[in-house]
Amino acid sequence: MTNNTLDAGKLRNRVQTLATSAGIRQWDLGAACSDDCSVQVDRGEAKQLKAAQRSSITVRVWNSDGLVGITSTTDLTDSGLARALEGAQQASAFGNPDDVPQFSPMASDPLPQLDRPLMPRQGILPLLKDLRAAEAELLSRHPAIQTVPYNGLAESLSTNLYLNSDGAIRTMERTQASLYLYARAEESGRKPRSSGAIRMALGSSDLDIQGCIDEAVERTVSHLAYQPIETGSYRVCFTPEAFLSLIGAFSSMFSARAVLDGVSLSTRESLGQTLAVPFLSLEDDGLHPDHISASPFDGEGTPTQTLPLIESGCLRNFLHSEATARAFGVKPTGHAGLGAKVSVGPDWFVVGTTPGQTSGQELDHTREADTFVLIEDLSALHAGVKATQGSFSLPFDGWLVKGGERISVEAATVAGDIRSLLTSILHLEPTQEVTHRGVAPHVWVEGLSITGEA
Amino acid sequence: MTESFSQAWSSTLQALLQRGSGAGADLVEVFLEHTDHLGLLAEQERITSVNPTFARGAGIRVFLNGRDGFVSTNDLSVDGLTRALDQALAMLNLEANGLAGSSSFEGLGVLKDYALEKTSWLQQCPTMRDASSRLLEGTSQLERLGQHLQVRRGSYARDWQEVLVAASDGTFARDIRLHQSTGLSVLAADGDHRSSVGRRYGSTDRPDDLFTWNVETSAAEVCESAGTMLRADYVEAGQMPVVLANRFGGVIFHEACGHLLETTQIERGTTPFAEQVGELIAHPAVTAIDEGLSSGAFGSLSMDDEGMEPQRTVLIKDGVLQRFISDRAGELRTGHQRTGSGRRQSHAFAAASRMRNTYIDAGPHKPNDLIASVERGLYCKSMGGGSVGPTGQFNFSVEEGYLIENGNLTRPVKGATLIGDAKDVMPRISMCADDLDLAAGYCGSVSGSIFVTVGQPHIKVDSITVGGR
Repeated sequence: MTNNTLDAGKLRNRVQTLATSAGIRQWDLGAACSDDCSVQVDRGEAKQLKAAQRSSITVRVWNSDGLVGITSTTDLTDSGLARALEGAQQASAFGNPDDVPQFSPMASDPLPQLDRPLMPRQGILPLLKDLRAAEAELLSRHPAIQTVPYNGLAESLSTNLYLNSDGAIRTMERTQASLYLYARAEESGRKPRSSGAIRMALGSSDLDIQGCIDEAVERTVSHLAYQPIETGSYRVCFTPEAFLSLIGAFSSMFSARAVLDGVSLSTRESLGQTLAVPFLSLEDDGLHPDHISASPFDGEGTPTQTLPLIESGCLRNFLHSEATARAFGVKPTGHAGLGAKVSVGPDWFVVGTTPGQTSGQELDHTREADTFVLIEDLSALHAGVKATQGSFSLPFDGWLVKGGERISVEAATVAGDIRSLLTSILHLEPTQEVTHRGVAPHVWVEGLSITGEA
Repeated sequence: MTESFSQAWSSTLQALLQRGSGAGADLVEVFLEHTDHLGLLAEQERITSVNPTFARGAGIRVFLNGRDGFVSTNDLSVDGLTRALDQALAMLNLEANGLAGSSSFEGLGVLKDYALEKTSWLQQCPTMRDASSRLLEGTSQLERLGQHLQVRRGSYARDWQEVLVAASDGTFARDIRLHQSTGLSVLAADGDHRSSVGRRYGSTDRPDDLFTWNVETSAAEVCESAGTMLRADYVEAGQMPVVLANRFGGVIFHEACGHLLETTQIERGTTPFAEQVGELIAHPAVTAIDEGLSSGAFGSLSMDDEGMEPQRTVLIKDGVLQRFISDRAGELRTGHQRTGSGRRQSHAFAAASRMRNTYIDAGPHKPNDLIASVERGLYCKSMGGGSVGPTGQFNFSVEEGYLIENGNLTRPVKGATLIGDAKDVMPRISMCADDLDLAAGYCGSVSGSIFVTVGQPHIKVDSITVGGR
């Protein structure tokens, strides 16, 4: 196993020397390198074994007119860095004078402490052994499960840096591992069904492999006895994972960058206004202990923080980069990428009930007697969500629940408007569940359009 | 400018291939790559983002008994490549022992150079200034032609790639690829009404493409669609016949059937068509083709990412399945002969069987014949993205739709999603018009995001589930 690492001090000295000789006074950069390996199996055989050593750097320079240019490269030799600086300088001639990013004023502030110890990596052959065993057990659990067409077990060690010409140095090293098992089941004369599960951990030895197998089996087998559903308007309960998928697809509602660009459903005036039912709260918590990919700083070196987005149903904050924060007269929030036009995005949503508030309902998806649709997973969000319009029309996996009996739904879509949905939430169940996308309870919504084949 | 690949790499590559073969590998393949990307974004009257990116790297793949190990690296030094090869060998329990005599590798011949005529393409491409001017011309035309436009955007991407492929079966080939794409998009808003419309155009191997782009025509098309859809009602959901327009309507075949005709799907056991070559799997009106040859098309290639020249592959003829799209691993594991379809996003991915220019062939009808044959249904003039799942269920969104009532197009509708199952929908494509046309797109799958073309004439699907409100 190679050790592909970056030395922040040496890299800074090299870039400073090259920048000085190119007449560049102000610069910053983000760099990353990683060693990854992963395995896939197919009915007991190793299907593909992969490893990668990657390194990349994105450098921004400010020219004599104060405009910014950017270039990225995977070539970290001196000639590669010199070429990147030259490219960034060339691009700076086209920098946008109306929106000039600066260094984050918080790029040297103390960072939050993350309890993320580096875990030992096993290497590819132990990963292969574990995945073979997992696949074998999954296949043995039900006769209808004939293959696990999508599977993978991976582990990585990565280093991320942020440096700037004012002396800021941010470094982060982390290990990460993931397992996914998507099984395919088919019974005679019936259409095949597929579902699966994902687990993440700091190291491959810590992965909950058994839990992943159990969930993949349950989710696949439970959909074998499917029926078409009648088209109509239904009371719907989203699983935590499904609700987080949906709210994540509309995260431009919370992005100051999208607001400034005119492509958000929100405007500057939306802060303080009602966006959802009063008992809903939403925060972005990039430091959450269950967030395996947590980083203590963003692409501009700003410390990561927990940020309330919706409190008591009202929009409280936007996510900011340095430039958008300056435009709004607030501090950066630690949600920036690195670019000439800096992207802004969420880290890890946590959905819950506002303290002291209640929906007045006692809905429980495990006990509810009235008819509802339980949406387990949403598909094709890239195609079916119109984030600038607020509308969605999405295929889903789920059940029609009648009198407590669950009937798997065949080929159906759910459609609606996110603004209407947020104000039509009936109830948030009390138990929050951790998923690989964030934390949320089961969320009940009244009156969503379901299209089926019945 | 990065130094080009050439015959001079022969000795380094031969040593690597010798080392891998000597260790007992059935086949060793080295893929080297340089890329030079430029991306620009214009918003309203400003260029708001210019992103040059340079990359280089190698992907080394070793086969043994049908299995493979793959390692990618950014380190193109001899030491870096040797380390990557040894790692790939170790994955298959092989170890380089330096015994040249035990190898079946017979050496590399003369480089097959598809890049000879292409070495000046990068210099012929638009400069940042040229591209900026054209994009600002685009956003200006949008302003002139559109109404209620809240956001006007133009984007340009140029992807230049030089590749060198060498394998222990004697493959030794170089190519230069050039893909350029240009897009215009708008967000129109009037009170509570909103519409967002975008169009993307793409070409391969045409350095002057941006200069010949008809900005006004593109802007007019986007503005007309945005204006039409601004006050469109949501579609009423249900089962109904649909007529899909030509060009990007071809995404239905790409998602519903094309992916299931890649040998990677046979390997995974996820295609219902694995044992159906020679059988009727679609309506007899359907003939479908995948090829890498159409001049300038986004999915065209001089050679694939395994060094093989592309072919014209007839997938379905008069409804009967003819053959699968196959790569090196697909041939090895499924027996389907390679079709020059081994493709990958970059050196970081192992090649896989992937589509190139994929389309339903023209039929005998006029587009209006199809619409006239529908009493009540949906006309999909413009399609959004889509996807296909591991059971063959596909979905895709309709960007611009119209109701068909009594054989005529009536009012515009939005919010439609078409879902279905490949096996069910292919026999329902009952009419094909004579207006085949192609459209550029991107396809994401097992070997990353690649440039493809989708296409079709106007087609009629007798019944499909239309999701909406």
